[in-house]
Amino acid sequence: MTSITNRVQSFLILAVLWVFSQNASAQMFDMRRGVTDMSQRVQSLHHLIFGICVVVGAIVFIVMFYSIIAHRRSKHPEPAKFHESTAVEVVWTLIPTLILIGAAVPATMTLIDIEDNSDADLTVLITASQWKWHYQYVEAGIGFYSNLTTPLEQINNVDPKGEYYLLEVDNPLVLPTNLKVRFLTTSDDVIHSWWVPDFAVKQDAIPGFINEAWTRVNTPGVYRGQCTELCGMNHAFMPVVVEVRSEEDFLSWIDDQRLANELAGEAAVAARSRDWTMAELMPMGEDVFLTHCATCHQPDGMGQGIKYPALAGGVIPTGPVEAHLERVMNGLAETEMQAWAPQLSDLELAAVITYERNAWGNDTGDVVQPLTVYSAR
Amino acid sequence: MIAHAENIPRGRHPLVQFIARWVLTTNHKEIGTLYLCLSFTLFMIAGAMAMLFRLELAQPGLQFVTANFYNQTVTLHGLIMVFGAVMPAFVGLANWMIPMMIGAPDMALPRLNNFSFWILPFAFFMLLSTLFMEGGAPNFGWTLYAPLSTTYGPPSTDFLIFGIHLMGISSVLGAINIIVTIFNLRAPGMTLMKMPLFVWTWLITAFLLIMVMPVLAGAVTMMLTDRHFGTSFFSAAGGGDPLLFQHVFWFFGHPEVYILILPGFGIASQIIPTFSRKKLFGYRSMVYATVSIAILSFIVWGHHMFATGMPLVAELFFMYATMLIAIPTGVKVFNWVATMWRGSLTFETPMLFALGFVVMFTIGGLSGLMLAIVPADFQYHDTFFVVAHLHYVLYPGAIFATMGAVYYWLPKWTGNMYNERLGKIHFWIAVVGLNVTFFPMHFVGLAGMPRRIVDYSLPFSDLNLVSSIGAGFLGLSQLLFLYIVVQTIRGGEKATDQVWEGAEGLEWTIPSPAPHHTFETPPHVE
Repeated sequence: MTSITNRVQSFLILAVLWVFSQNASAQMFDMRRGVTDMSQRVQSLHHLIFGICVVVGAIVFIVMFYSIIAHRRSKHPEPAKFHESTAVEVVWTLIPTLILIGAAVPATMTLIDIEDNSDADLTVLITASQWKWHYQYVEAGIGFYSNLTTPLEQINNVDPKGEYYLLEVDNPLVLPTNLKVRFLTTSDDVIHSWWVPDFAVKQDAIPGFINEAWTRVNTPGVYRGQCTELCGMNHAFMPVVVEVRSEEDFLSWIDDQRLANELAGEAAVAARSRDWTMAELMPMGEDVFLTHCATCHQPDGMGQGIKYPALAGGVIPTGPVEAHLERVMNGLAETEMQAWAPQLSDLELAAVITYERNAWGNDTGDVVQPLTVYSAR
Repeated sequence: MIAHAENIPRGRHPLVQFIARWVLTTNHKEIGTLYLCLSFTLFMIAGAMAMLFRLELAQPGLQFVTANFYNQTVTLHGLIMVFGAVMPAFVGLANWMIPMMIGAPDMALPRLNNFSFWILPFAFFMLLSTLFMEGGAPNFGWTLYAPLSTTYGPPSTDFLIFGIHLMGISSVLGAINIIVTIFNLRAPGMTLMKMPLFVWTWLITAFLLIMVMPVLAGAVTMMLTDRHFGTSFFSAAGGGDPLLFQHVFWFFGHPEVYILILPGFGIASQIIPTFSRKKLFGYRSMVYATVSIAILSFIVWGHHMFATGMPLVAELFFMYATMLIAIPTGVKVFNWVATMWRGSLTFETPMLFALGFVVMFTIGGLSGLMLAIVPADFQYHDTFFVVAHLHYVLYPGAIFATMGAVYYWLPKWTGNMYNERLGKIHFWIAVVGLNVTFFPMHFVGLAGMPRRIVDYSLPFSDLNLVSSIGAGFLGLSQLLFLYIVVQTIRGGEKATDQVWEGAEGLEWTIPSPAPHHTFETPPHVE
């Protein structure tokens, strides 16, 4: 019996040592320290409560294993007769109560500070939807969508996976250091949850309601997190990436964004002022399709069952252009097919619709122009 | 009231007789066996789903299943384990043992007993059939959060709702039967404070079931009317609130997790004194602790929702209430250890499972205390840390306890001793498998891996591979369990009536195997 126990124990110890040796950094086994005062306070709180648990667990297990070894029948054939002691019961009710009060006090103080959302320097409205984040800087009046950029070839094991596999986006949220940033979270469809472990901020995004959270980041850098509430098929593919810059860099970035918005407006005017050929639109359309559409409808356009219909030979891509425009631009209510008009430019929409109407043997020959999209808006 | 042999049609084909016997039976022992068989079948099905998604999670990238199918297996794994594996297993044990432990001839309501069982196979047939429906099985997690389950749920969601209604009816009827039996059919002299702890914990569990299963029924009914009858309970667009669903669900859900644990507490409180050859330490405080845990379970549901944007005062209330639960739970663990203290311990398989239960349940209970600390919970919430926590409480608390109970009472049921050597091997494979599977999940959770994701970033790879290997061992160990039980039913060394020398209680006064009818004349308890 004991020899089996010993063997199992040594196996477990070896297994744990092996795992540690595989991951030299202790980071892997601890809560992240993070880059805000609050995340560091939360980590200390984690250490406190974890320490309490380890001590309590160790005491219980030492007594228990001592009893297992010393009071086994071969060593201790005559069992004792006692089976009650009010004094002991009172002691082991009171001591845990005191320990719990000791843990509750710092937890309460930290929580009160976490919930103090007042006096923010900057407000970001985060609107979640399946499966992307929409960031709007309320004061500066700019906004953009943030999509996963990990290519499908990496997810499907065709290409080797990159360093930031599944944790990379096209447009990260950009924040300044040292300023108190307030996040307002909400959702367009189902419940999502916006989490950056290094800020210790996790806030559910709930359709029809707005939640508040805040952070103040000390160190510039790129911080990555994920959606943490099951939000449908591509829940795993909805990363959060935040790029923190110094205040000056942040302000110039805001100016750049304003300028870029103006340029995009001009580009849109230029795009709809001329006719585009199918040869120009098809490659552009394929890019848009792979980024935004392929996770559901699949790169080969074959879809996945009734919820994500096949586009190859599909009713809409081979039917009238007007219906196709309507579906892509306005989506289909109460399904994962969302309205793309707010997210994509006229040119991108024209390109992707043209692509869907001519790829995979659909061959309708239709070329949709940005001007058509513009007038459909 | 008791099943009579005349109920079984005679002179028909043996197969007809066999089916009629099991379908029409009103005997508590036969119904107990039916519950246990159904439970093990569903345990294997839900376990196979776990094997499938652990296989997918062994490596980053998508290898074996699509993201949508992954979500379906995660959903069904949770639902079937909770409603199909653990609850029927405990009801099966209650059916077998409660009448024998309190000196009753049968359950108080035998026909109701038959009915509550036979609802279940249909309920789970319906739930499992969703896998083959167009649009796939429900894919929104066992917590069924709206609006993912209402507006966005696949058509098969309605079958899930109806299935849950049936399971709820079965549970409530079973619970009523257990309460009525315990209150009315105790042998003369068996006062409430003399009842074995297993009976006590089941009495409290039965009250929890009656109180919360209707709440779940209400929640899924609101889902149904939101889906089809134009209501907006959970839709802000119509004046409702998606969070209402979470409040109602967890008002059911938290007592539910104690429903899945309390009978396990009772089982450990039977097994540990037997193999310590010493009376249970602090019987009264064990009873009071169980009652307090049950009462507290109604005021802590908010701790599942700390990240939903609760007001500070509510967060503080739920944090303190949750921390309070640690006290009666601690008392129970201390009492078990004190029972062993200066006993005369042997380590037959039931004792190994009971000790495994105490050790690992303590680990899970302590991580539960960590989760109560709201600021830290913002980091733990909805990550693999929670997955590790809930499996550390439920796997030992429900599965280990049930398996310990089966090894403990199997000689009484079958009249044969199980193979002790194989039983111990089963325990050691399971306990190593369990820890290798679930311990690394604490670390990937702390490092930032959300739960319920089909694919993950590269830093989580090593530990996920370890978990998947452990899961394989854990899954395989259950086949050994099946083999051992079948072997014991078919034969083996004859068990004595007493079976275990240190065992106390009425069930050990009747012959092994227990005859079809027991205690037709009530025993007298001193």
